[in-house]
Amino acid sequence: MPQEKYSGRKILRKEDARLLTGKGLYVDDVHLPNTLHMALLRSPHAHARIRRLDASRAKSLDGVVTVLTGPEIRGELNTLPSAAALPDLRVPDHYLLAVDAVRFAGEPVAAVVAETSYLASDAVDQIEVDYEPLPAVVDPEKALEKGSPVVHPQWDSNLAGTFELVSGDIQAAFKRADRVVKARLVNQRLIPAAMEPRAVQASYQSGEKMLTVWSTTQIPHTLRSEIARLLKTPDNLIRVIALDVGGGFGSKLNVYPEEGLVPYLAMKLGRPVKWVETRRENMLCTIHGRDQINYVELALTKDGRILGLKVRVIADVGAYLQMLTALMPTLTAIMSPGCYRMNAFSFELKEVFTNKMATDAYRGAGRPEATYLIERIMDLAAAQLKMDPVEIRRRNFIQPASFPYTTRTALVYDSGNYDKALKKALDLAGYKQLRKKQEQMRKQGKVMGVGLSTYVEICAMGPARAFAAGGGWESATVRVEPSGKVTVLSGASPHGQGEETTFAQIAADELCVPFDDVAVIHGDTRAVPHGIGTFGSRTTAVGGTAVYMSAQKVKSKMTDLAAHLLEINPKNVVWKDGKVVAKSNPKRSTTFAEVVKAAYSAKNLPPGMEPGLDATSYFSPQNFTFPFGTHICVVEIDKETGEVEIVKYVAVDDCGRVVNPMMVGGQVQGGIAQGIGQALYEEAVYDENGQLRTSELMDYVVPKASQLPVYTCDRTETPTNVNPLGAKGVGEAGTIGATPAVVNAVMDALAPYGVTNLDMPLKPEKIWRVLQAKESRSQKSGDRSR
Amino acid sequence: MKVPITITVNGVTHSSEVEPRLLLVHYLRDVLELTGTHVGCETGICGACTVHLEGEAVKSCLMLAVQASGSKVTTVEGLSSDSELDPVQQSFWEEHGLQCGYCTPGILMTAHDLLRRSPDASEAEIKRALNGNLCRCTGYQNIVAAIRSAGRKMKSKDGRSARQSEKPRRKTAAAT
Repeated sequence: MPQEKYSGRKILRKEDARLLTGKGLYVDDVHLPNTLHMALLRSPHAHARIRRLDASRAKSLDGVVTVLTGPEIRGELNTLPSAAALPDLRVPDHYLLAVDAVRFAGEPVAAVVAETSYLASDAVDQIEVDYEPLPAVVDPEKALEKGSPVVHPQWDSNLAGTFELVSGDIQAAFKRADRVVKARLVNQRLIPAAMEPRAVQASYQSGEKMLTVWSTTQIPHTLRSEIARLLKTPDNLIRVIALDVGGGFGSKLNVYPEEGLVPYLAMKLGRPVKWVETRRENMLCTIHGRDQINYVELALTKDGRILGLKVRVIADVGAYLQMLTALMPTLTAIMSPGCYRMNAFSFELKEVFTNKMATDAYRGAGRPEATYLIERIMDLAAAQLKMDPVEIRRRNFIQPASFPYTTRTALVYDSGNYDKALKKALDLAGYKQLRKKQEQMRKQGKVMGVGLSTYVEICAMGPARAFAAGGGWESATVRVEPSGKVTVLSGASPHGQGEETTFAQIAADELCVPFDDVAVIHGDTRAVPHGIGTFGSRTTAVGGTAVYMSAQKVKSKMTDLAAHLLEINPKNVVWKDGKVVAKSNPKRSTTFAEVVKAAYSAKNLPPGMEPGLDATSYFSPQNFTFPFGTHICVVEIDKETGEVEIVKYVAVDDCGRVVNPMMVGGQVQGGIAQGIGQALYEEAVYDENGQLRTSELMDYVVPKASQLPVYTCDRTETPTNVNPLGAKGVGEAGTIGATPAVVNAVMDALAPYGVTNLDMPLKPEKIWRVLQAKESRSQKSGDRSR
Repeated sequence: MKVPITITVNGVTHSSEVEPRLLLVHYLRDVLELTGTHVGCETGICGACTVHLEGEAVKSCLMLAVQASGSKVTTVEGLSSDSELDPVQQSFWEEHGLQCGYCTPGILMTAHDLLRRSPDASEAEIKRALNGNLCRCTGYQNIVAAIRSAGRKMKSKDGRSARQSEKPRRKTAAAT
């Protein structure tokens, strides 16, 4: 019987055995003898000059080993990295510890090292700093006005960088239009809030001069290069380890001050040093996401065909540019047209410094903003033209026969069938019946709405040429060990996604070995080939392809070797049930184990063949992939409280070929939860002084179980030819599709109340005010008629 | 100043001298090196630190080690033996009730507490019981499914035989 393939099936996860029993190894779980603990003094001010810092009292405490300040290490350590994502980008020096001024509440000012973490925190409280508070820049639009205080005094304004993109005759498109629909849409600042806060630990072996760094990172190799640069130490003497990482969502796709400070201190002090972020620090000082104000204008014909789209973006980047801060809004730019045809498109971006934590990649990273603005304006257009929101989308979809499709933003969408996913979602939701039900409910005075989004996103990051610094590939080594067991070493760095399982599925299929015989290793720069990491929904599509390629190379070598052992032509060899068999004569065969043995004994190899059985591949894709889908959300609103209940949620996603449908489902569901979080609950709130008001989980709403609905998830499957697996990626789709679907549903529910747009999060109070305003208006008019 | 305490954790009695301010979670993690219990917020919201104190779910970041002196504590490490997952762990595995795994130990402890009181808990009851545990990865749907499935397992036959019949499939766990 031929062995059934593992790929395409629900296979339970390898990583769960340790994670379910408390045997995972997160950074804080690594206990080294003689470890010192670091705690950081952070600025209480959003903007201030540091007049004087006195750490003498802290240093004199029992158990305190050292206190480090910005001026002391300024010359010794380099500044944090930032990608040059815009041609005119202003990149401020980002020191590991503030030197003479602080620019956001939470900015690290001094580092204390003590024998225990409790003592280190005690000592932080004993450092005296004399701050001269300066006016805080909080509102990004006011920050651009003349006379605004500036975050960085070396520049005359708070403008960090600009970007423009014009394609087609945008003026002509708007001149020709029967209707122009306009909106100002705010994509609020969010906090990624992975359940595991960040942590860094380092240990230096002075004998071999090896610095080992454990970090909660999504990018171990990039981090290694950056630690080498920060500390001016060679990268081949640095080992970065990220075994189990408790979620990232982009927040651990970065290089932070602590990732320089802890290794530096471990080298300097000759003892292991550990730092573990508190939740409050996580909210204040780990990157935030989104924070764009989008001015959107859509030009249409009277029958709802799009002529042109104009987008103007003000992006609040915070005080410093973290690694990919400046890049995020450019992803919004290229994805703004969504899945629609149009004659012209223009995009104008201003990135603005404020006295806040930096924004950067948070699940979706620039694409949720794009999908939100296009999917909201499509609904606003449908309402103005009195069209069904489904119909206006259908009229503008890029058609299946048009793929590969070059967009107005010069992307080449690989494949798609948008109407197929839409139709499936409409059927699953029972769209027509929902509209009938809505009519009935409205007659009964109930507030109910149906919303949808038809999204396309950009994944599998990505072709090297698309990024200023290149990269974009992924690596894998596949090794058949002398025992016949298989080891996969991946340069990607999954942190919850489950690629120990998907990579084992791919390798087991290619090598015709049992799934349980494959072990997958990642997150250790000393063990795995140089890699890029896990982000941008890339790990299966790019990293999985590298595994596939390496497995094929090993298999090809084994085929040649088997042919040699059987004394036949390699073309006449077939693999069957753990055996390698001669096509012409099935009795003439050798086993997998025999071939492995021959490869390692090396006594009888064909001429030119090297011993051993491994191969390393670097897959560098030539394009991105473009997954798509339709999300439909049905809400009912409590008139008394303004509370939104999601009564139905249907998602049909198309992420190409699927290796493990169970895990794809998990990614989609978790993604939707974060998308709903943005639509209804989450918002990072800074007050007018630049103080973060939502600095604990008490104040920042990470959705709880009872705040989320039951999701009905399904798929269509349109493969891509960008990679041989046909996989597109699915890590961010849920988040991208969900937010506009939920907001469109709420706005549909509120349509009879005369409101067309409310900004997220759609908290009960905001909705209650809308409902109340209408009630009081109708009461007044009722009074008059009496 | 240190204070002597005696705590029984997962059936083993430990006597230690600790600072009065030491949190129970840090005692478990740093003194006993039971690192399965996680810290996610230190304010009692996220529930990653949930353990059982005398059989009931408590948040070990909101409790001092000295307050637990004389008590029996169970952590995630105490739920199963090396070779066998318990029915709740087994169900979380089968239903894909975890991704990054950081919140998982706390959620398993909460689930046990709920199922002990209410093995037939409805979806709404499960969701309510989970309100003290945050998960950022899964969207909770598979967690709820796992807890319902575990309740059925624990109820079917008697608990013991259900446990035996649900040995972890160490071999390929394929379920199409």
